[in-house]
Amino acid sequence: MKLTLEVWRQKDANSAGKMQRYEAAGISPDMSFLEMLDLVNSRLIEAGQEPIAFDHDCREGICGSCGLVINGVAHGTRKATTTCQLHMREFKDGDTIYIEPFRAKAFPVLKDLVVDRSGFDRIQQAGGYVSINTGSAPDANAVPIGKEEADIAFTAAACIGCGACVAQCKNASAMLFVSAKLSHYAHLPQGQPERMRRTRDMVDAMDAEGFGNCTNQYECEAVCPKEIPARFIAEMNRDYVKAAITEA
Amino acid sequence: MAGITRLLKSSIGRKFMMALTGLLLFGFLIAHLSGNLLLFKGQKALNDYAAWLASLGPLLWVARLGLLAVFAVHVLLGISLSRENRGARPAPYAFEKTVQAPLPSLWMLRTGLLVLAYVVYHLAHFTFGIVQPAGHALVEAGTQRHDVYGMVVHGFRNPVVALSYVAFLGVLGLHLWHGLASFFQTMGLSHEGYAKLIRKAAHAVTWILILAYAALPVAVLTGLVGKS
Amino acid sequence: MTLDSKIPSGPIAQKWEKHRFEMKLVNPANKRKFKVIVVGSGLAGGSAASTLAELGYDVDCFCFQDSPRRAHSIAAQGGINAAKNYQNDGDSVHRLFYDTVKGGDFRSREANVYRLAEVSRNIIDQCVAQGVPFAREYGGTLANRSFGGAQVSRTFYAKGQTGQQLLLGCYAGLNRQIAAGKVRMHPRTEMLDLVVVDGLARGIIVRDLVSGRIERYAAHAVVLATGGYSPVFFLSTNAKGCNVTATFRAYKRGAYFANPCYTQIHPTCIPQSGEYQSKLTLMSESLRNDGRVWVPKAAADKRAPGQIPESERDYFLERKYPSFGNLAPRDIASRSAKEACDEGRGVGEFGRGVYLDFKDAIDRLGRDAIAERYGNLFDMYERITDENPYQTPMRIYPAPHYTMGGLWVDYNLMSTIPGLHVIGEANFSDHGANRLGASALMQGLADGYFVLPYTIGHYFATHAPGPVSTDHPEFVRVEAEVSERVKALLSIGGKRSPDSFHMELGRIMWEECGMARNKQGLERALQKIPALREEFYKNLAVPGSGSELNATLENAGRVADYFDFAELMCIDALHREESCGGHFREEHQTKDGEALRNDDDFAYVAAWQFEGEGKRPRLNKEDLTFENVALAVRSYK
Repeated sequence: MKLTLEVWRQKDANSAGKMQRYEAAGISPDMSFLEMLDLVNSRLIEAGQEPIAFDHDCREGICGSCGLVINGVAHGTRKATTTCQLHMREFKDGDTIYIEPFRAKAFPVLKDLVVDRSGFDRIQQAGGYVSINTGSAPDANAVPIGKEEADIAFTAAACIGCGACVAQCKNASAMLFVSAKLSHYAHLPQGQPERMRRTRDMVDAMDAEGFGNCTNQYECEAVCPKEIPARFIAEMNRDYVKAAITEA
Repeated sequence: MAGITRLLKSSIGRKFMMALTGLLLFGFLIAHLSGNLLLFKGQKALNDYAAWLASLGPLLWVARLGLLAVFAVHVLLGISLSRENRGARPAPYAFEKTVQAPLPSLWMLRTGLLVLAYVVYHLAHFTFGIVQPAGHALVEAGTQRHDVYGMVVHGFRNPVVALSYVAFLGVLGLHLWHGLASFFQTMGLSHEGYAKLIRKAAHAVTWILILAYAALPVAVLTGLVGKS
Repeated sequence: MTLDSKIPSGPIAQKWEKHRFEMKLVNPANKRKFKVIVVGSGLAGGSAASTLAELGYDVDCFCFQDSPRRAHSIAAQGGINAAKNYQNDGDSVHRLFYDTVKGGDFRSREANVYRLAEVSRNIIDQCVAQGVPFAREYGGTLANRSFGGAQVSRTFYAKGQTGQQLLLGCYAGLNRQIAAGKVRMHPRTEMLDLVVVDGLARGIIVRDLVSGRIERYAAHAVVLATGGYSPVFFLSTNAKGCNVTATFRAYKRGAYFANPCYTQIHPTCIPQSGEYQSKLTLMSESLRNDGRVWVPKAAADKRAPGQIPESERDYFLERKYPSFGNLAPRDIASRSAKEACDEGRGVGEFGRGVYLDFKDAIDRLGRDAIAERYGNLFDMYERITDENPYQTPMRIYPAPHYTMGGLWVDYNLMSTIPGLHVIGEANFSDHGANRLGASALMQGLADGYFVLPYTIGHYFATHAPGPVSTDHPEFVRVEAEVSERVKALLSIGGKRSPDSFHMELGRIMWEECGMARNKQGLERALQKIPALREEFYKNLAVPGSGSELNATLENAGRVADYFDFAELMCIDALHREESCGGHFREEHQTKDGEALRNDDDFAYVAAWQFEGEGKRPRLNKEDLTFENVALAVRSYK
């Protein structure tokens, strides 16, 4: 296949960037999207030019490193798929593909398609844990957890922290991410003692990062590679208001 | 106290206030509609109702000011949240695409501002009598009281007034289409098993409300009501 | 130097207990005065960093990823073993110990393995308390499954993403300590060298991957938790960023590298589909619980799988290993698949694949039950291959997956450089020559949560390392060396990308030092590698500068270390004149093609000592004694 790529190039966080065009010939439909970029990059390197910077690591859809906005859709149009698992057979010969970084005030571009998602880490540092020191745990089967609840907790915990929800949201809101983190704990007995405090602190940290607000359009849900449902946002809203009202 | 500040300052708190004020405004729409529908019962019924409202005196003003405050909070919060949301993505995508969001959900600020503008016009028309002073000045025959029935019929006999009213209802419908369903999500009343049902019910209620409102000008224009 | 493994005396079941009592403690008030550097934030590094901080130590943690949550532990799918015996099927600490020693083909250290089996139970408790959403039964108790190479159900799992769930638990604990100011996290920061002062590990030199700045960090102890080296084969199931640089740099500074030739080739991966391929994708081994592995009986049978009648299929694992069947350990399953393909019976476009068929399981249990168990894996397979495994059998082929070799450590997880501790996949100790399924997560967390936090205190109490400043001349010297290396890579000005060299190196390693090795091949590799390395230093292209985010430069540095490391791996493979676990020497096999161990001459750990650039490394041996598990031929028939 022969493709035309329109790619965002930006030298560093302090420079302005622009879209730049590249011709990509000899692309196999069995290549993954990132392998297509690898090929373009190796040609750039051989020509002595700077390759296109993008984040990636595991390339099997679980580490959450990769994330590109492809033709306006975070991770591309295939449902429940990360960029690394997207294959070129989703495109047609001769297509023009727009490749842009995840855009949000809270995700500043570091270079080309690489963005800084450390805001996600800071939100979790604000309370995304169960305060238990190593060694002080009771027997694992001491507290039974019904399969249905455990499954809901797992559905929320499946979030890979890629940030596609933020990238796709019209408001660059991180609420799907934060709510998934909160619901993971909210559906487990281990998460109960700190539930209200955790909700308060993580939402406040989210606000401090400069993410937008949810307007219930569920663009996040549509692009989430792990198909985290937006009803977790409803759970977060409920818990947050409850936490605020009951706060001393 | 800290909790109240938190509700007023945080993203979710303000979203919650949007939903709550939205619900109150929706409640007003229902109340207003139930009054309006007295048009079909006849001149006396509607005017009796209007007279009863007027007789409330200070209480009516309390209600009006309360409604105004709710409206103001909804509008001001809506504008400030929209501005913040836009600010959350300072650099737009070169290739902008919407995956699944229904169009009304993208137009909330626009439809909201249009509703605001129309409400001002609507008040100028029927409450303050600026638009059609003649209609506003009507007095029910054989009484001293304000002929609300006559005023409405007079107003909607004008096709421009009637059609603009219907157009406004369309805009309001779009706003409610997303707003009403959103209410449940924002208040945390969404549940996996009912999410779809809630959305469908909200859309159905929106249709019923808008059609019921639209019945008034249609009835006047077609001569079903107010034939003299 | 004699290798003292510091194994405590006494009966195996009491060694750890006794050792914990005998180790010296650090006064709680003094702990905050000890600074620890932890490199790597996966299961081992993350659990160590958070636990050390909980104990009161002052911790700096480094990872090259943009967040500690992305360390490659996250990709582990299948599960984590623990001797809980919740299923009442006869499991025990001793059985897990026995299985692991046997599974490792008698090349691991008994005392370490026993301790691993002991603390495995605490790990599950700890993880559940952290909120790890393990699979559960309707009654609310934890679910278990059996996993490759075990006849009891002792594997705990969270669908196909056990690694992610465990890592998120560990990352949450780390976050708590970061928020408390007890751990300073340094993401997007890569360790490029180790600093040894007066014989003690005292710090590291790193490169900030965003600004490109080379920086020095000093501490009282350094912990490496930097994972394995599978990408020496270029194509592996590891993340693209996984690399040997940290451990190999430590090797060059005096830490011994043990058993580098022990590499695990995982049997159930998606076969390669083209030249451009950048990595191989693992399909969880749990698939072998219900899938049946087969190839056509006849060579070059190009019919579609559905067209091949039962009588013309060879379910080779069931045929060769009737008691373990499709659940045979990884090394054995991988080698059998390779044999079938070598006989021309492989399937798929390149003839490098075998079928993993779920038809019988679907007929027996129904499509829904299979979807419930493996749905996400089936989806992943379809995304990559465009084939639907519910209808047509999967094609699988072995791929490099895990490396049992690593820096040599004693019972206290300390390397031959005092103060340098090595945990998780980066060390060598627990898996011998082959790792059993669901044991890597167990080892990483055992080291980080329940072993290192005790033993490092003993180091501080006994060595009393004093203060050290990053202005020490040794720091200055090593930093200058690192800067020089970076500059050298940038200034070659050649034509080839680091990846193109890496691919070529990988091909050499896969062909000559892969699933089956022989003397000629290894000697050939030892000729080819230096030649390729020479071209690397003449014709490498690294555009851009060192003072910015430069992925090509990062990659070039890693490939450079892989060259030197690949040689060490071949040297080790060449010297080990036996077949054991993941190391299969074609010269040493039984008549029916099974691995032939040589316990008389090779029941030892080969710990290689760096002797200088261009010089042959020196071999040090740690003899392995088996007092509790009788040395026997490993049989899964």
